[in-house]
Amino acid sequence: MEDRKDLLRLVTAGSIDDGKSTLIGRMLYEAKGIYKDQIASIEKIAKNQGDDEIDLSLLVDGLKSEREQGITIDVAYRYFSTMKRKFIIADSPGHVQYTRNMVTAASTADLAVILIDARNGVLEQTKRHSFITTLLDIPHILVVVNKMDLVDYSREVFENIKEDYLEFASRLEVHDIQAMPISALKGDMVVEKGDNMKWFDGRTFLQYLENINIISDRNLIDFRFSVQTVIRPNLDFRGYAGRIESGVIKVGNDMAVLPSGKKSHVKSIVTYDGKLEEAFTPQSVILALEDEIDISKGDMLVRQRNVPEMSSVFEAEICWMTEEPMLEGGRYLIKHTSNIVPAILKELRYKIDINTLHREDSRELGLNDMGRVIIKTQKPIMFDPYTRNHATGSFIVIDELTNTTAGAGIIWYPSGELPEEE
Amino acid sequence: MEKGYKISFLEALESESIHIIREVWAEFEKPVLLYSIGKDSSVLLRLVQKAFYPGKVPFPLMHVDTSYKFTEMIEFRDRIAEKEDINLIVHRNESYIKKGMHPSKFGMDKCCKFLKTQALLDGLSSGDFDAAIGGARREEEKSRAKERIFSFRDEFGAWDPKNQRPELWSIYNSKINPGESVRIFPLSNWTEIDIWEYIKKENIEIVPLYFAKKRDIIRRGGLILLADEFNEPREGEEIEKASVRFRTLGCSPCSGAFESEAKTIDDIIGEVMAAARSEREHRAIDYETEGSMEDKKKEGYF
Repeated sequence: MEDRKDLLRLVTAGSIDDGKSTLIGRMLYEAKGIYKDQIASIEKIAKNQGDDEIDLSLLVDGLKSEREQGITIDVAYRYFSTMKRKFIIADSPGHVQYTRNMVTAASTADLAVILIDARNGVLEQTKRHSFITTLLDIPHILVVVNKMDLVDYSREVFENIKEDYLEFASRLEVHDIQAMPISALKGDMVVEKGDNMKWFDGRTFLQYLENINIISDRNLIDFRFSVQTVIRPNLDFRGYAGRIESGVIKVGNDMAVLPSGKKSHVKSIVTYDGKLEEAFTPQSVILALEDEIDISKGDMLVRQRNVPEMSSVFEAEICWMTEEPMLEGGRYLIKHTSNIVPAILKELRYKIDINTLHREDSRELGLNDMGRVIIKTQKPIMFDPYTRNHATGSFIVIDELTNTTAGAGIIWYPSGELPEEE
Repeated sequence: MEKGYKISFLEALESESIHIIREVWAEFEKPVLLYSIGKDSSVLLRLVQKAFYPGKVPFPLMHVDTSYKFTEMIEFRDRIAEKEDINLIVHRNESYIKKGMHPSKFGMDKCCKFLKTQALLDGLSSGDFDAAIGGARREEEKSRAKERIFSFRDEFGAWDPKNQRPELWSIYNSKINPGESVRIFPLSNWTEIDIWEYIKKENIEIVPLYFAKKRDIIRRGGLILLADEFNEPREGEEIEKASVRFRTLGCSPCSGAFESEAKTIDDIIGEVMAAARSEREHRAIDYETEGSMEDKKKEGYF
């Protein structure tokens, strides 16, 4: 039973002091995801600071420097399980200058929880986080209006905020938005409904997390397999190790190797636990083919009648993540699936003001900026538009001098829509 | 149809870990697996075997031996290395071991610094290893919760928590300059329970010290220590017999056992599920000062 549970990855976002860490702390506390010695440790801190009540947010704010500043400065990952599911929470800091962390935390999420302080309503930060959520194509948004205890659990306050939010969100592409009122501090609507908001007939926070359907969000249509390494233990076996990024594959299926375009069929699907007749995303397997073909790391195996785009010029949304600005015409490395290629960020078509969603002209992207960029790579890469396939539609930009991850990219179009090329 | 294409969270974790391990092999010149003999290392070893099956594990395992590890751990290590046909490197800081470095004389911090952290850094540089795969999990400790899966280390092996590379999707940045290295944590997203469930599902062998048994013990300052060649009773202490087991394994003088009757994996899972205490509690190392793991990691500790 235990091992049939599935996995839900969520990101939490909110402005500073929205009570995000308190909400997560409360969840862990009530779902018994916290150990007594960890509670003893925050009790000790409370005592040292002369506080009477323990601060549940301290369970979440990990690094010493964060505790000194009282803010969360880096993405933290938290884990808990219930009878129904295992959860991974990426807790993303709310502070303005740390937008890059929100993008990082959002990149693996099935669900975004966006916190709003009931006293403040929808802020610029809320809009920014929602925009990032939709840019990263997270299929579900849960808007949590927190600190309801400070507005007398007023239904009117909640309804007004919800209306404001939905009006703003109508400009974004979101598949599924829900809103709910909560008091993380007092516990109302977190795990138990509580007595203060009987007017709200929706699920509690935990019930929502346990029941949201995420299976249908996966792409089981387009088979994509990026080769990580070749396994050749002896002369009789040559297999290609990788993860099925999307789709399903069966023994006997036709196969095309990109970029060479060579064709073959699946001879066997090999794992340590035995051969499989069929495998699907996100399984890591080894594929052996009927024919001897030269295949190496970074090549992509696909079905002959369902191939990705293949181009060395494409257009992407880039979020810049380092102090040194992205310069138009700059040379970088791009890592896309298991491929690393030199690239030129040729043209910055526009920068997006993520508070107003307006496009503006710019020659560079600074830390936490986002913009639409035309990219040229030294050799073609195999990709799908991000909204169709997250794994083949995303990449990171690496600064060759510092080796740091300087940016994150989301591919929108192949070269077709681009202006004249040289 | 969709039901057939569902995988459990354990299978999802396994697949993610295998993807990470293969990425290490594909992108680094000289990886090594840091093998601590504990349950997480045992799981890690199985995942590495799975990642390269039907091939062999293509890189060596390194054990940093402080000389104070439980005898049962060392026996287990040598037996597994032989049985699984693994290239095992044992690295010890011999000069400080000879100087008599011991927690009771120099304090735990100093002992860890020389026999673990420094031995690890020396071991990595003597083998020119540019990637060290370890079994740490984010759930274990608060500073680990923020660690990347590919975690960059400068020439001194130090971790800079305020200047970590962003890590997105499952695209890992392996670029480094000569002398620098990366620590890789394929078990980042596993919890203690996941580890036990996986050990059960995969029937993975672990050190017998994890199972409860009547053992000779010494009670000292809230800790239950094993009465072995490393721990002699001090004045006023005596050796008693009790049914105890270990939740984590380390050095005998600093690893506390606890009283338990859990003799099988199922017993242990039941115990951990019901446990109200985190697994590192019986390790003296994290509790010396508030944030002590963070400080050690900045120095290069695993």
